[in-house]
Amino acid sequence: MNKAIVLYLHVHQPYRVRHYTIFDAGVDHRYFDAPYEDRTSNERIVHKVAEKSYLPTNRRLLQLLRDYPEFKVSLSITGTVIEQLERWAPEALQSFKDIVATGRVEIVAETFHHSLAFFYSREEFEAQVAMHRKKIQDTFGQTPKVFRNTELAYNNDVAQWADKAGYKGILSEGWDKVLGWRSPNYVYRPSYTENIRLLMKNYKLSDDIAFRFGDRNWAEWPLTASKFSHWLGSTEGATNFNLFMDYETFGEHQWDESGIFNFLEHLPGEWLKTPDHTFMTVSEVIDAFEPVDTVDMPHTVTWADTERDLSAWLGNTMQTSAIQALYDLKDHILATGDLVLIEDWRRLQTSDHFYYMCTKWFNDGDIHAYFSPYANPYDAFIAFMNAYHDIRFRLIEKGVVL
Amino acid sequence: MKILMLGWELPPHNSGGLGVACYQLCRALSTQGADIEFVVPYKADHAISFMKVTPAHPQGVTEVQRAGSAYDSYKYIYKDGTVKSIDIFGQQQLYEEAVNDLVAKTEATYDVIHAHDWLTFRAALRAKQLTNLPLVIHLHSVERDRAGGGFGNPLVREIEATAMQMADRIVAVSQHTKDMIVQDYDIPADKIEVVHNSIDREMFEELDDANAYRYLTALKNQGYRVVVNIGRLTMQKNLPNLLHAAKDVIERVPKTIFLIVGSGEQYFELIQLVANLGISKNIVFTGFQRGKNWRDAYAIGDLFVMPSISEPFGLTALEAIGYGAPVLMSNQSGVAEVIRNSLKVDFWDTREMANKIAAVLQNDSLRDTLHANSLAEYSGLSWQPSAKKLLGIYGQHTSLQGTMS
Repeated sequence: MNKAIVLYLHVHQPYRVRHYTIFDAGVDHRYFDAPYEDRTSNERIVHKVAEKSYLPTNRRLLQLLRDYPEFKVSLSITGTVIEQLERWAPEALQSFKDIVATGRVEIVAETFHHSLAFFYSREEFEAQVAMHRKKIQDTFGQTPKVFRNTELAYNNDVAQWADKAGYKGILSEGWDKVLGWRSPNYVYRPSYTENIRLLMKNYKLSDDIAFRFGDRNWAEWPLTASKFSHWLGSTEGATNFNLFMDYETFGEHQWDESGIFNFLEHLPGEWLKTPDHTFMTVSEVIDAFEPVDTVDMPHTVTWADTERDLSAWLGNTMQTSAIQALYDLKDHILATGDLVLIEDWRRLQTSDHFYYMCTKWFNDGDIHAYFSPYANPYDAFIAFMNAYHDIRFRLIEKGVVL
Repeated sequence: MKILMLGWELPPHNSGGLGVACYQLCRALSTQGADIEFVVPYKADHAISFMKVTPAHPQGVTEVQRAGSAYDSYKYIYKDGTVKSIDIFGQQQLYEEAVNDLVAKTEATYDVIHAHDWLTFRAALRAKQLTNLPLVIHLHSVERDRAGGGFGNPLVREIEATAMQMADRIVAVSQHTKDMIVQDYDIPADKIEVVHNSIDREMFEELDDANAYRYLTALKNQGYRVVVNIGRLTMQKNLPNLLHAAKDVIERVPKTIFLIVGSGEQYFELIQLVANLGISKNIVFTGFQRGKNWRDAYAIGDLFVMPSISEPFGLTALEAIGYGAPVLMSNQSGVAEVIRNSLKVDFWDTREMANKIAAVLQNDSLRDTLHANSLAEYSGLSWQPSAKKLLGIYGQHTSLQGTMS
C-alpha cells in the first residue's frame, strides 16, 4: 500500500502594533507603521523573513517540484501576509505564485486575519474566511477545499461548521489526549459531521523538523533526510504522515546554518527511493484513503505548547479582557461602513497580538521571547490597548455613543 | 566565622533601605552560623538577638542623638555637658575614630571585616590596618547614584575609591551597581561580586482590614486609582519627573491620586512644582511614615512607581509587591534583575512613564496580571542564597591568612 508524506506549511505575518502610547491615541491612527529600525517594524520583518525564508525556501521547493513529479506541498497563507508581501516583498509573493503555478501546491482555507473570531463571533469569522477565499482566488487562482482554523484551534464545533460550509477536510493537532490509542497517520472523520475528513498533525515527526532540527543536545542530532525517511518508511500500518509546521521553520526558526535547506532538498529524493512512497496534498490524501475511525473533540485543541489549548492566547486576564473588549466593538465598527476603520479593527484581531501578552513562559525567559517584538508581555498589552482606545476614539468621532 | 561588621543604621532607627538590607542580611548570615558584631555610630535599643550590636562613640562622647534621617546632623553630647550638632561628614570622621578605639581595645577575635557603604569605609580601613584582617566592602550605592547621575561630592568619591582599592573584595548589590563601579572607579570586574539584596518575608506585618488612608479609600470606591511612591525626597529618586508624568496622566485619567510618602531636601521644591503644574488636588504628600501608615500606603496603591535616576537595588519595589502593588521602575534599577514582571521605563522619559502609568490605571487586568506574576517571583526570593554566597567570599579570604586579633 502507498505511504504518503503530507507536507503542510503555514505562512503568516501579523501587523505588529508599534510602540503606540496614550499620547498617540486620538491623534495618530497608524498603529502598524513603526519606524524601519524598530523591533515592531512590519516592513523590516517582512524584508528579513523574505530574504531568510520565503525566497530561499521557494527556490528549493520549485526545484523539487520540477525534479520530482510526485512531490506535493500544501500551504496556508494568511491575508495579512499576502498584503505585506504585495507591499514590501513582491518578489517573495511572486515566488509563492510560481510554486502554486506548478499545479502541485494546494492552498488551505482559513481566516484572512489569522484571528480567533470563531470563538467570539461566528458572523465575523465567516466574513474573514470569505475575505481569505477571495484573496486566494485573486492571488493564486485557486479555491481552497480544506480548512484550518487559526493556530489549528479545533473542536467538534469547528468541524461541524467546516462540514456545513462544504469543506472536504479540516486540519488539527494530533494530540495524544485526543488521539488516545489512535495513530495520527490515517484519515479520520470528525464526530457529528456528514462528509468532512480530519487530518491530524503527527507532532512528533513534525516537531523533529520544526523544533528539534537544530538542537545539538537532541539525541537524534543531526537529523538527515535519509534517517528521517527511514523512520517513516519503517513505521508499520500508516497511510499518511502529516507533517504540519510553520513555513518559517525553513530559514527563520531553523537557520540556514542548521542545514535545514539541505534536509529539505534531500527529503523527496530519499523518501521516493522506495517505490510505494509518495507525496500528497491535503485534498489528495482525503480522496485516496477512507477514514478509519471517528474522532470526538469536545474541547478546543491547538498546536501550541505542552498544553495544546488556547492558553497561549487567552491564558491571562490581560489577554481575555483585551480580546473581549475588541469584539465588543463589533456592531459599532461594522455599522460605520468605514472600510479603513473596519480593517484596522480586524488587524487587531490577529492572534499574535494576544500571544505577545502571554505571561506563562515569561518567568523562565523562554525562547518564546524570540517571537515577540516587545520587551515583555505588559508592553505588548499596553500598546494594544492604546490602539484599542484609538479605535474607540474614532467611533466617538463618528458620533457613536459607547 | 566571626565578623566585625561596620554599618550606619539598623531598624527601627533607619532612614531607608540600607538599614533594612543590613538587618536582613545579618539575620540570614546568623542562621548559617555567622557570629556577627555589628557596630553602629549611635546608641539605641534595636531588640536584636541574632547578633551583637555595639555602639561606637568617639572619646569623650556620652551620647549620640539621631535626628529623623540618616542624612541630617546628629547631636553629640560630651561628658562635660557640651552639645555639638555634627553633619554627616563629621559623623563619618568621628565614627572612624570610635571604631579605631574600639578595635584597638577589644579582646575579641574576628575573622573578617565587612563594611557597608562609604560612611563606614574609613573606619573599615583603620580596622584593617590595626588587625590585618581581610576586608570586604559592600556597596549598597555609590556616589553617582546619590548625586542623581552627577559626579557628587569629590571627598565621598575619594573615600569610596580608596576603599575599593584597599579592600580585599567588593560586594555590589546588583549588576547595575557592579557596572557603575567598574566604569566610575576603574576597578577590575573580577574583584567585584554581585550579591543581590532580597527580602525577608517574615518581617512583613499583616495588613488589617481598615486602611489608614480613609480618604483615599473613599475615593477608590468612587472609581479613583492611586499611584504610590515611597522614598526619600531627594535628587536620586527623580520625583520631579514623576510629577511631570503625573500631570500628563491626570489630564487623561482625572480620577487619579499620586500618594508621595517620604521626606527629604526636595520637599518644598516638589510642593511648589505640584502647584505650578496645577495638579495639587491630585497629589498627596504624607511626609515620612512608619508602621501601619507606611504599609497601608503600599497596600492602597494600584501601582508603585520607583522612577529613580539610579537605584542600586530598590528594596521599596519588593515591599510594594509584598503589600499588594505592581511596580513601574526605571530601567536604571538593580531590582529589575530579580523581578522581571514589572514595567520599565527610562528615568528621563516622562511621556513613556505617563503612558505606562495610565495603562495600569485604565486596565485592572494589567494591574492584576502584573502583580500576580511579580508576587510569584517575589515569593521565590530569599536572603539565604545571598548569605551563602557571602560566606563563600569570606572563606576565600580567611583561608589565605591566619586569624588575628
